[in-house]
Amino acid sequence: MKELLDNLILRWGHDPANWPSTQGVYLAGMMLAGVALTTFGAIFAGLLSWWERRVAARIQSRIGPNRVGPGGLLQFLADALKLIGKEDLIPSSSDKLLFRIAPYFVMTGFVLTFVVLPFGYRLSPSYMNVGLFYVVSITALIVVGILISGWASNSKWALFGGIRAAAQVVSYEIPAGMVILVPIIMAGSLNLHDIIRAQGGAPWDWFMFQTPMGYGAFFILFVSLLAEGNRTPFDLPEAESELVSGYNTEYSGMRFAYFFTAEWGGLWVSSALLTTLFLGGWQVPGVSIDTLTRWEAAHAVPWWFYLMSAAVFLVKVLALVNVIVWIRWTFPRIRVDQMMTLCWKYLVPIGMGLVLLEALTEVLSFQIFGEAAKGQAKPGSARDMLHLAFFLIAGVLPLTAFLMKTFKNIQLTGDRVDLSNW
Amino acid sequence: MSLDQLILTKFGADADHEMILNMGPQHPSTHGVINFVVHADGEVMRKAVPQVGYLHRAIEKIGEIVTYPGFMPYTDRIDYLAAMFANEGYALAVEKLLGLQIPPRAQYLRAISCELNRVASHLVSLGTMAMDIGAVTPFPYALRERESINDLLEALCGARLTYNYHRIGGVAFDMPEDWMPLCRKWLDHFEKILGEWDRLISFSEIFVERLAGMATIPAEMAINYGLVGPNLRAAGVDFDLRRDEPYGAYPDFKFEVPIGKAYAGSHRGGQIGDCYDRFYCRVLECRQSLEIVRQALDRFPPGEFMAKVPRKIKPEVGEAQSRIEAARGEMAYYVVSDGGERAYRVRARTGSFLAMGIIEEVSQGLMIADLVALIASLDVVAPEIDR
Repeated sequence: MKELLDNLILRWGHDPANWPSTQGVYLAGMMLAGVALTTFGAIFAGLLSWWERRVAARIQSRIGPNRVGPGGLLQFLADALKLIGKEDLIPSSSDKLLFRIAPYFVMTGFVLTFVVLPFGYRLSPSYMNVGLFYVVSITALIVVGILISGWASNSKWALFGGIRAAAQVVSYEIPAGMVILVPIIMAGSLNLHDIIRAQGGAPWDWFMFQTPMGYGAFFILFVSLLAEGNRTPFDLPEAESELVSGYNTEYSGMRFAYFFTAEWGGLWVSSALLTTLFLGGWQVPGVSIDTLTRWEAAHAVPWWFYLMSAAVFLVKVLALVNVIVWIRWTFPRIRVDQMMTLCWKYLVPIGMGLVLLEALTEVLSFQIFGEAAKGQAKPGSARDMLHLAFFLIAGVLPLTAFLMKTFKNIQLTGDRVDLSNW
Repeated sequence: MSLDQLILTKFGADADHEMILNMGPQHPSTHGVINFVVHADGEVMRKAVPQVGYLHRAIEKIGEIVTYPGFMPYTDRIDYLAAMFANEGYALAVEKLLGLQIPPRAQYLRAISCELNRVASHLVSLGTMAMDIGAVTPFPYALRERESINDLLEALCGARLTYNYHRIGGVAFDMPEDWMPLCRKWLDHFEKILGEWDRLISFSEIFVERLAGMATIPAEMAINYGLVGPNLRAAGVDFDLRRDEPYGAYPDFKFEVPIGKAYAGSHRGGQIGDCYDRFYCRVLECRQSLEIVRQALDRFPPGEFMAKVPRKIKPEVGEAQSRIEAARGEMAYYVVSDGGERAYRVRARTGSFLAMGIIEEVSQGLMIADLVALIASLDVVAPEIDR
């Protein structure tokens, strides 16, 4: 962000170090970025609400919202208008101050993650060197908001939801925080961009398919992020069949919309984090890190690389978001004790083991491959072949099996793939 | 007196250690207007006390005011998900009073309509149960299939929910000419759907884990509380009125009676009579109902669909009782005649009401999330509880 603004000031013919208005430009740039990112979060959450409802409708052999705009695309605007127009109802017996501010905690915790989350090559407001640590800590604000909302509503259902959310999110932050160490060890950095640069464009250069530890860590982080985002099968805090609506039972209008913006927007955060740590982030297939470094040294990174990297990142994130949506409409909900069992008896010990194994592997591979163990594997090298083999076994094989099973199930029912009435 | 004091006086000194939670009468998963007073200690319940009566419409009293045939549409409202059974039970009781012989064709039509209705009712039960566990997707699938059954029943009797199809002495309409191939086509279609249903939810690992060994009702307890129907059979009691005390056309059919066998598997902690058994017994019953309909269509007899019934039904002084195997278990009607055009007393005994009684004991020590599953697995329907 700072470099960008400095470049801008240079282009205007001033020296950023001496120009008196530099700080003003910085401030304006930051505010612009803040507004843009908040808006992005809100619009993404809105569009995702439409997408989720359409996908859910397809899964449930319904049609879904298709009246407002092309294919119902503008449904979220209509929903937002309705929510803005609603009375901001505050229960008379609630703790009024806490009830009012709770949604802002949730919203803040969600929006602030965009400070470090990358959108593409060099596309992020900050290259914070403790970026990953920052994301983990700032998302903890969300649970504060949820807990406050549950308590301040003075409703038993909301209180149950709030307590469940607190127990769940705090528990699952431990396995999540643990397995995040795996890509950190692999990349040797907490900076999200550096972690991406340590991976490659091809799938077998991703951290997910480099070692079995990365593979396991991906799934543990995926499950933990599902739990932290209160998504099925971990949607206990708002289990509508048990707790009416959980912590947001008493909320209406725009405050309710904040909770949902944060929840759907949280899917972007989770997916972007997973993409960054395990799926190669914005690395464009075919452009190796050496090429990129050469471009950078010559100050000649082509414009299409910026676009391509953003597009690649977007595709990966949206694919992951879609998987999370599928999961929500496929699985039942687990029970509180099962949720705790899964976390403390399985994810935490396994995550711990993965981190230790990964550290060991890193040391061993340095012993075996020497300097070649650092950074990306050279194409055609022994290390590269190893990654490719693991990608075929762990990535391609299960995916093929899954697809074959799916088509078999479709045939058994006498069904067919039909997108004609989309 | 403040609300807290009121709760203290009503529920005793223990009340300050626990949270009193009113689940219902307006709650998404109480399956109608029922209230559960949940005594919760955190997530764990000490007990849940059902409070019924919100939907009482005095249907039995209405039976004393209207004529015998005039009561038939009211019986639909006893159980809106399985109206055929309420029809048939009442018709059987009055026919016993009159000493009527029902033509075989009418009996077959009754069996076919009832079995189709049983599948429709079980589909709603299974779908809502899946939804209460948090899986929303199976519910529209179940309702989609129920719609196709409703289409069939609509072709048969002109109604989709409150059928009013059975009459004292037979049924209201004969089978339409082209109905039989339609029904056979549907039977073939639904066989596949049952397989899909199993893949979709019955064998879903999370679903089975949630229900295995949960809210177990042993056979002895089920008998003591008077549970009926699938709830009783899931507890391992091999009793089905259609087989053990056959009525109507049922002696002609061969079918199995599925009973609870800890389908969830012992490695998951499944026990005979747990929630999963109650769920899966209903799935298996759907399959048996298909068999019965198939057999009924194969040997569908010719003849009249209505016995000769006097225009004015005036049974002699006396009383009669009928028992049928309804979707929610044994349904009994008790009709007393004083020789007039109207019944002196009409009483109905329904499965849901009996199932409500057991909740207080079984719910002890369960979690709140499991209470929802327990209610759903007992398949209670609010109007059938209160009548």
